[in-house]
Amino acid sequence: MKKNRKLKPIIIFFLAPALILYSWFLIVPILNSLRLSFYTGNLFKAEKFVGLANYIKLFTQSPFNERLIGAFVNNIKFFVVLCIVQNLTALILAIILTRKFKGSEFFRTIFFIPTTLSVLVVGFLFNLMLNPTWGFIDKILKAIGLEVLIRPWLGDPVTALPTISLIGSWQYIGIPLILFTAGIKGIDQEIFEAARVDGVSQIGLIRYITLPLLKPIIGVVIILTFIGNFTAFDIVYAVASTMGNPNYTTDIFGTFFYRTTFGRGTASFNPDPGLGAAIATIMFFVVFIGVILWLAIFRRKEEE
Amino acid sequence: MQKTKNIVARSSLYTFMLIFTGVVCYPIFLMIATSLKSNKDIFTNPYGLPSNFIFNNYSKVFLVSRYDLYFRNSFIVTLSSIALILVLSSLASYVLAKYKFAANRLIYFYFLIGIMIPIKLGTINIVQIINGLHLFDNLLSLIIVYTVMGVPLGIFILTDFIKMIPEELSNAARIDGCSDYGIFLKIILPLLRPALAAVAIVNILPIWNDFWFPLILIRSEHLKTIPLATSILYGQYETQWGMVFAVLTTASVPLIIFYLIISKQFIRGLSEGAFKG
Repeated sequence: MKKNRKLKPIIIFFLAPALILYSWFLIVPILNSLRLSFYTGNLFKAEKFVGLANYIKLFTQSPFNERLIGAFVNNIKFFVVLCIVQNLTALILAIILTRKFKGSEFFRTIFFIPTTLSVLVVGFLFNLMLNPTWGFIDKILKAIGLEVLIRPWLGDPVTALPTISLIGSWQYIGIPLILFTAGIKGIDQEIFEAARVDGVSQIGLIRYITLPLLKPIIGVVIILTFIGNFTAFDIVYAVASTMGNPNYTTDIFGTFFYRTTFGRGTASFNPDPGLGAAIATIMFFVVFIGVILWLAIFRRKEEE
Repeated sequence: MQKTKNIVARSSLYTFMLIFTGVVCYPIFLMIATSLKSNKDIFTNPYGLPSNFIFNNYSKVFLVSRYDLYFRNSFIVTLSSIALILVLSSLASYVLAKYKFAANRLIYFYFLIGIMIPIKLGTINIVQIINGLHLFDNLLSLIIVYTVMGVPLGIFILTDFIKMIPEELSNAARIDGCSDYGIFLKIILPLLRPALAAVAIVNILPIWNDFWFPLILIRSEHLKTIPLATSILYGQYETQWGMVFAVLTTASVPLIIFYLIISKQFIRGLSEGAFKG
């Protein structure tokens, strides 16, 4: 480190481009979106200061209050399914794939392929596969004797959201898989050797060595899933449109925000950017609280 | 006895892995196979390979839509954004890693905010700013947004990496009369290559596949990126199955092939990049 009392020109020249662009197009817009939640107006211009009116509308006026609660609950459900199905499966796969066997590299490469697809493509693809006109999944279920499972998976309000969550898990298993694999590989092999010599069983190794040492990575995976999920949009757009079909049962913050702000793809709504900004503000605080909780739970333990 | 147990364990391991491979690969296989089938084939023989391969789903799609432009746009946007991310974040990281000044830590943490708070949440004001700059419906708007989106993680990865480069290297160059700028260009930058690769790789997928910002910032047919075009074509061909699958395959296969070619670097880059988060 070079110590210097006055700022050298290089510090300014090198920092300024990133700092200016980043402030201009990320920090300022996010703060401004918070501010806009106190205004009404059209998309391009905030016109009138209205105080808390947007929030009051959002929390007390039907159908906005129902949509808000609905989006929040759906996001939570979506998040829980992702954590259980996507992240837990990824963890199990990572534990298996880090034990060296022929083809382990190959399998890891394959399991990442869906992650390279666009969320949109994946949504459309599963939408087509589950389409009753084609009856593709129905025929497979029939063939393996699971006819009881035949139903309009995306049309039924009960199954639509879980189905979308499973589609999301199918696509994004690659990311936690890579993180967990890297984490397990980073553990000192001698710890395992020592424990093995002491007669610790395979399950014991996972329970007492792999999992505790993997805790920071588990934390990272959970917070990434959380942030990604509470700002997701594409998957519901592709599978269930911006309306969160059927009957808003798959509506999440992302689609609610889009619909309210831009009003496109919907006949009955007028775009209301002020109200949209209020939704974005709530999303901001949800993410913010998530990050704080993550720091409190996972980062502190790391330091101990 | 031990041996039989091993064989049982081994074969159940492989069975499990193969079933999983099937779950992962089959939908992708199905997408590609269906795009090569006739409409009749799609309904009578939905599961397997086409009974005869036909390409007219593709020729029909390519004839009416401008895939040359969509690919060009996606390439321009992705490559320019990644180039800008690398330049901006390596410059900033060098200063943050090697120079001590009052606001250093503060600025570093200021950049880290961008890793945790998604840029999407500022969309409304971004639209206003972009409109004010007369960049609405212009690829430059996407390039700016994606650059800003990638810079925080870029700075995070590169600052860490530059800090590990021994001070002796810079000092030796300085004694030889090398300027601060020269040290960055001749000493730091060449050593930074693996970290730059990691930053580039971490950014490819989110930028190439982004749908949100083109949906909001782009209107013109000739400026559509692949995801935006895919969404619109999907809506147009909804009932023509073969063509819909051709659209989805066209959007996916280039990136799948690219990934398979450099999968080793890809996975390494992602683990290095994301690991530090």
